Amino acid sequence: MPTVRFTANIQRHVACPPRAVDGATLREVLDAYFASNERARGYVLDDRGRLRPHMAAFIDGRQVEDRQHLSDAVPPDATVDVVQSLSGG
Amino acid sequence: MSTRCHVSTRKGLFTLERASAGWTISRVSFLGDNCTLAMHDPRSGDLLAALNHGHFGVKMHRSRDGGASWQEVATPVYPEKPPGYVPKTPVEGTPVDWSLKLVWALAPGGAGEPGVVWCGTMPGGLFRSADGGDSWTMVRSLWDDPRREEWFGGGADHPGIHSIVVDPRDPRHVTIGVSCGGVWITRDGGATWALAGQGMRAEFMPPERQFEPNVQDPHCVAQSAANPDVLWVQHHNGIFRSTDGGASWTEIEGVEPSAFGFPVAVHPRDPDTAWFVPARKDEQRYPVEGRVVVTRTRDGGRTFETLTKGLPQTHAYDLVYRHALDVDETGERLVFGSTTGSVWASEDGGDSWQTVSTHLPPVYAVAFEKPA
Repeated sequence: MPTVRFTANIQRHVACPPRAVDGATLREVLDAYFASNERARGYVLDDRGRLRPHMAAFIDGRQVEDRQHLSDAVPPDATVDVVQSLSGG
Repeated sequence: MSTRCHVSTRKGLFTLERASAGWTISRVSFLGDNCTLAMHDPRSGDLLAALNHGHFGVKMHRSRDGGASWQEVATPVYPEKPPGYVPKTPVEGTPVDWSLKLVWALAPGGAGEPGVVWCGTMPGGLFRSADGGDSWTMVRSLWDDPRREEWFGGGADHPGIHSIVVDPRDPRHVTIGVSCGGVWITRDGGATWALAGQGMRAEFMPPERQFEPNVQDPHCVAQSAANPDVLWVQHHNGIFRSTDGGASWTEIEGVEPSAFGFPVAVHPRDPDTAWFVPARKDEQRYPVEGRVVVTRTRDGGRTFETLTKGLPQTHAYDLVYRHALDVDETGERLVFGSTTGSVWASEDGGDSWQTVSTHLPPVYAVAFEKPA
């Protein structure tokens, strides 16, 4: 079961502890996580369900390709990191 | 007279209180976070604050205890695009993304409709809540109007609705200001809309299109509470006034030191009295000659006074955004705040000003608490 971890900076707004959740794509994994933490969804995804412009996601250290549909495959034992892209310095 | 004022800034929401010695900062909410706008609801006492976290997006919070505690509430959500929809390409070249970028206007509904709140957004959305912000519904009649797709950003990447005024005589009569998309009016609570703005002039357009209502850039629309048929607009190209509810507009010319600016406030008891905070015109945007001044008319725009007492008159480069000037319910107390973090207050209708702070974060908006 993949594990999802979130940037420390999001915790000030909404608690997002690391958790193992089901899913074979980034969309499935994040949907599973947000199912029990609905408020966090809007901090990571925009109202179209896309990764927010200044957020980034990594699957075992590899940056995801599909920011719109979140279709990147997530292996069963992977670690997904949801972080900020530090655009602007 | 109002004794509380909320100042929305790049680094939090600051509450000002009128103590015996003058205005002081009594509370800071959301310190460190980008608070773009706040609204006090005179019917319930609720405060609504819009935050824009950058990485984490736009969020709305509500306080029901005067700002002592806050709860996150719903954020307006744009609809799904219809299947096969092909967006129009506006002037700035990028089709509108159906996704919330900014909460740019918040206005309580009428006295007889508790819980109703209007919300204007970028890009070009108008939302209505019937439950004080617990949920929002997009006003589709406006969004689906094909003329909405012709709106374009005025200095921003997206067009937006920044002004919402509700007629105190009839809450179904709502007037909005769009940059850039002119002035729109509904008289049936948002079911249908009329594009108003005859007489407005958009210098930034080719000559043959300068008087089209849908290309106008009204930076701020303010309605007279005393006579709601009187509307004032600080427009990109100058100052305009309507005495027929926005159907037609007259340009007020010859205003010194400049007719360019963002905010306008109207006296609650006198439709002929209005205040503006001018700046050098659009391509530069700083106080003329580095002097912060407020201009005031008391005769419907025939003449203007330049008010300077208590305001910095050398090397001051404070720009005042469209929501950053407010007048209280008496017309005596005014507050304005600037991009360089200065806040000034007046208690004599603008004749003189006291400095509240010169080192707040950049100010986006000020809002007095006013009685219902």
